Amino acid sequence: MANKKDNKEKSPLVLFVAEEKEPLFSKKNRKLLTDPLDDNNPITVQVLGICSALAITVQLKPAIVMAIAVMAVMAFANMIISMIRNLIPNRIRIIVQLVVVAALVILVDQVLKAFAYDVSKELSVFVGLIITNCIVMGRLEAFALGNGVWKSFLDGIGNAAGYGLILVIVAFFRELLGSGKLFGFEVLGHKGATLAESTGLYALGYENNGLMLLSPAALLVVGVLIWVQRSRNRKLIEKN
Amino acid sequence: MDYVNLFVRSIFIENMVFAYFLGMCSYLAVSKTVNTAVGLGAAVIFVLSITVPINFLLDNYLLRPGALSWMGEEYASIDLSFLSFIMFIAVIASMVQLVEMIVERFAPALYGALGIFLPLIAVNCAILGGSLFMQQKDFAGIGEAATYGLGSGIGWFLAILAIAAIREKITYSNVPAPLRGLGITFIITGLMALGFMSFMGIKL
Repeated sequence: MANKKDNKEKSPLVLFVAEEKEPLFSKKNRKLLTDPLDDNNPITVQVLGICSALAITVQLKPAIVMAIAVMAVMAFANMIISMIRNLIPNRIRIIVQLVVVAALVILVDQVLKAFAYDVSKELSVFVGLIITNCIVMGRLEAFALGNGVWKSFLDGIGNAAGYGLILVIVAFFRELLGSGKLFGFEVLGHKGATLAESTGLYALGYENNGLMLLSPAALLVVGVLIWVQRSRNRKLIEKN
Repeated sequence: MDYVNLFVRSIFIENMVFAYFLGMCSYLAVSKTVNTAVGLGAAVIFVLSITVPINFLLDNYLLRPGALSWMGEEYASIDLSFLSFIMFIAVIASMVQLVEMIVERFAPALYGALGIFLPLIAVNCAILGGSLFMQQKDFAGIGEAATYGLGSGIGWFLAILAIAAIREKITYSNVPAPLRGLGITFIITGLMALGFMSFMGIKL
């Protein structure tokens, strides 16, 4: 009799403690952060968020600003949707998600306009298009609707980091090869009017590749990036 | 003549996919076969040519600085343009829902064809992109906005149709393994975009 009572009292307590004891950065949670960087990259594997990834990668600076903006929106949208996931009626969940994301994007847009006006002008409609960036909606649908708040927050950060990583790589190659600059600094030397006036690589007759500045180059660079990633990580190869 | 000009421009020169990369996600995900590509493309034309004129009215009579002057002098100084993202997306999401219900009730055959694609459209960036570009372009009247919406939709339709046809054929060729699927699609799209750039030289 006494034994039974003991058990009854103990079991919920043990369960509770066990649940609380999972550290904030347990192995599982760390995986949420690191997986999207390579094995489950939102752009090259999940095919999410490509529209904006291609349009704003001519230079490094707007690409980095965009990555940070997406990270802020994704982390908080995932968190908020995860908080209210049991209250949202299933039929109207898309509208609810869109409203939450749109409110966050308006915040980001106003902050950018206030503190980084030039970059915000350069990004033009693409800040607004974070609302319909499939990466945000995709992760909300696939993860935040079925997982806890802290996990969803980490998932948002992780996926935005994976997205940002590709953005930075593409922008690096496009800016370096297209205009010979990084963050606006002329790293390959200065190109003067004649060969004698130029310095660095340009003095040897090097020319910038203007194709890299045009929009099709972004597609080609991402295509090659996918090629490199999949020949290194062969389990990602598709059947046809 | 102006309308024809705008129409051709929005289809070829300012093509949603090849010039602005809008609607890329569904463009890559739903282009495995021509049939589904046609279904999604038709739905995009439909929704774009409805939502762009509606958002034009909304922008002109509610959101832009001074738009509220029809309500009286004291409202003329109000600027609600910071609300445009949320208003546009609300219009798009509710229009998609409405269109879905109307099509289901009055044209079951069309619903059967479009069915699963309609909800997808709400989160297609080409739709919201159309409205945001409309806002930037300062169209003179609703006719121009509608023409722009229709033209952009047709441009998107052409793009997805072309890539779907190419992808159907490419399953028979020997693509390097790591490049199969997504990789080769990206590179083909890049080459197609290069081709579409030749339209830029056309002065209309």
